[in-house]
Amino acid sequence: MTQFVFLGGFSVMQPDPGLIFWTTVIFLLVWVVLGRTAFRPIQESLKKRDADIQHALDEAKRAREEIGKMQSQNELLLKEAQEQRTAIIKEAKEIREATIKRAEEEAKVKVQAMIAEAKTDVEHMRLELKTSIKNELGNMALDIAEKLVRKELKSNTENMELAQKLVEEIKFN
Amino acid sequence: MSNKPIIRIALTLFISILGMNLAWANEEETPGKYDPVGTVMNHISDANEFHIWKGVHIPLPCFLYAPGEPTKKWTFLSSGKFEHGHKAIDRYVINHGRVNRIADASFPMGEVHIEGVHGKEEMQLVKGKEKEVEVFYAHYQGKEYKLEKPSTLDGGMMGGGITSFYDFSITKNVFTMMLAALLLILIFSSVRNGYRKNEGKAPSGIQSFFEPFFVFIRDEVAKPNIGLKHYERFMPFILTLFFFILFCNLLGLMPFFPGGANVTGNLAVTFVLAVFAFVITNINGNRHYWQHIFWMPGIPAWVKTILTPVEVLGLVIKPFSLMIRLFANISAGHIIILSLIGLIFVFGENGTSFGGGVVGAIVGGAFTAFMNLIELLVAFLQAFVFSMLTASYIGAAVEDGHHDHHDEAHHAH
Repeated sequence: MTQFVFLGGFSVMQPDPGLIFWTTVIFLLVWVVLGRTAFRPIQESLKKRDADIQHALDEAKRAREEIGKMQSQNELLLKEAQEQRTAIIKEAKEIREATIKRAEEEAKVKVQAMIAEAKTDVEHMRLELKTSIKNELGNMALDIAEKLVRKELKSNTENMELAQKLVEEIKFN
Repeated sequence: MSNKPIIRIALTLFISILGMNLAWANEEETPGKYDPVGTVMNHISDANEFHIWKGVHIPLPCFLYAPGEPTKKWTFLSSGKFEHGHKAIDRYVINHGRVNRIADASFPMGEVHIEGVHGKEEMQLVKGKEKEVEVFYAHYQGKEYKLEKPSTLDGGMMGGGITSFYDFSITKNVFTMMLAALLLILIFSSVRNGYRKNEGKAPSGIQSFFEPFFVFIRDEVAKPNIGLKHYERFMPFILTLFFFILFCNLLGLMPFFPGGANVTGNLAVTFVLAVFAFVITNINGNRHYWQHIFWMPGIPAWVKTILTPVEVLGLVIKPFSLMIRLFANISAGHIIILSLIGLIFVFGENGTSFGGGVVGAIVGGAFTAFMNLIELLVAFLQAFVFSMLTASYIGAAVEDGHHDHHDEAHHAH
């Protein structure tokens, strides 16, 4: 019984030409149709997507690097700017100080000049005043002398003493 | 703990209903002894009709070719026309779901009503030995006419051989393969459209379901076995092998129409797949590959005289192993599941023992559920193994000649 089944009845081990023919046809059909319309396009799409993802990753990395580079550049610029600022401030300070100093000096010189001028003016005026006073005094003395002479020349000595006294008074003034 | 009696009652009720149904169903069957081996063999065999349940069949188209017939070599008809063994058309009858032919020229052509088809055990010469073989006869007008099975290409080694006709019908297996092909084309068109629609975007829907399979075959099967230089042009073939085998396996696991056909558990199917693998491997074989087969470099001449026949045999043995591995795994799975289901009828003594039927239902049901899960794994595993080994054979054929020198350097990196 078992003998017959495994030799005569095990039909799955007897290759049927019809089944071979149909399997070949169907497999070829699936291979050609799916290969052309599905598997190759899918493969290309996957490949393209892989490449796209890799490209995007590379791009992101590059961008990050660039940003890092730019940041350091910015920092450098900032530092430079700061340095420039301090330099400018320093220079400005120096200029200010120098200006002030110069102004002060100029002022001093002017003041001194003015003082000197004033002094000379004063001196001049004093001299003028002195001269005019002297003139005035001279005139007055002459007047006095005239008056004295006109009045009477009673005693010469007395007159002389008086005149002397007057002259000395004028001198003291 | 409190729900234990409820479970017990429910289980008893369920089992008794199941058992009664089976007992009742079996009484309806022919009261002959249950033949487990015959039933299993009949289920895993190819057929010209889909058996749904007793008395209900889905007919399939038959394309029959009888080269010895002088007038009508080709016969085209639906298997439903045979009326389940009660009608002969152009000397063809249906016997256990398969078209057979009455070789006797005295039997009339055209549509003829017959009394039926019956088997007899006879002594016959098989492989030079007398063996008991079941031979079927058609009964017509009180006479017996011997039936011939369709031709098979085993040369009598497996009990078949060339007979008076060839069966090019859309059988159960062919129908299932066509269904698998249709499903594959529909599904992968949709997947392909997904790639068009979602270009530059993440995959969605059915596309994201199949992408892992695709990427797995590419990265784990094609790339490591064939190599980065050549793998792309073999991808469609490897993918077709994988998905075709997988879909046929999975359809075979479905216990109801349109599944249940033992497609990849049929030697003819795995033979064709293996031949494709063999042809693709060897037409792409480079000088280096053939040199390694016929005149292996770097070994003494006397070793070559031993090695060359081994390598030449290996050319055939490799695809042969592919053929046998897939066939044996899938057939074995079907046989085990059918045997476990058969336990119900064996323990129930074909409907006479109620208790035995109940025990059979429990044991058979539990084991079948378990086996189905294993078979699901096997369905994927065998599809993977077939495509992986094919990829490795192709890889050996297209390998670069100077590979050996670069090999170590490549691995070092």
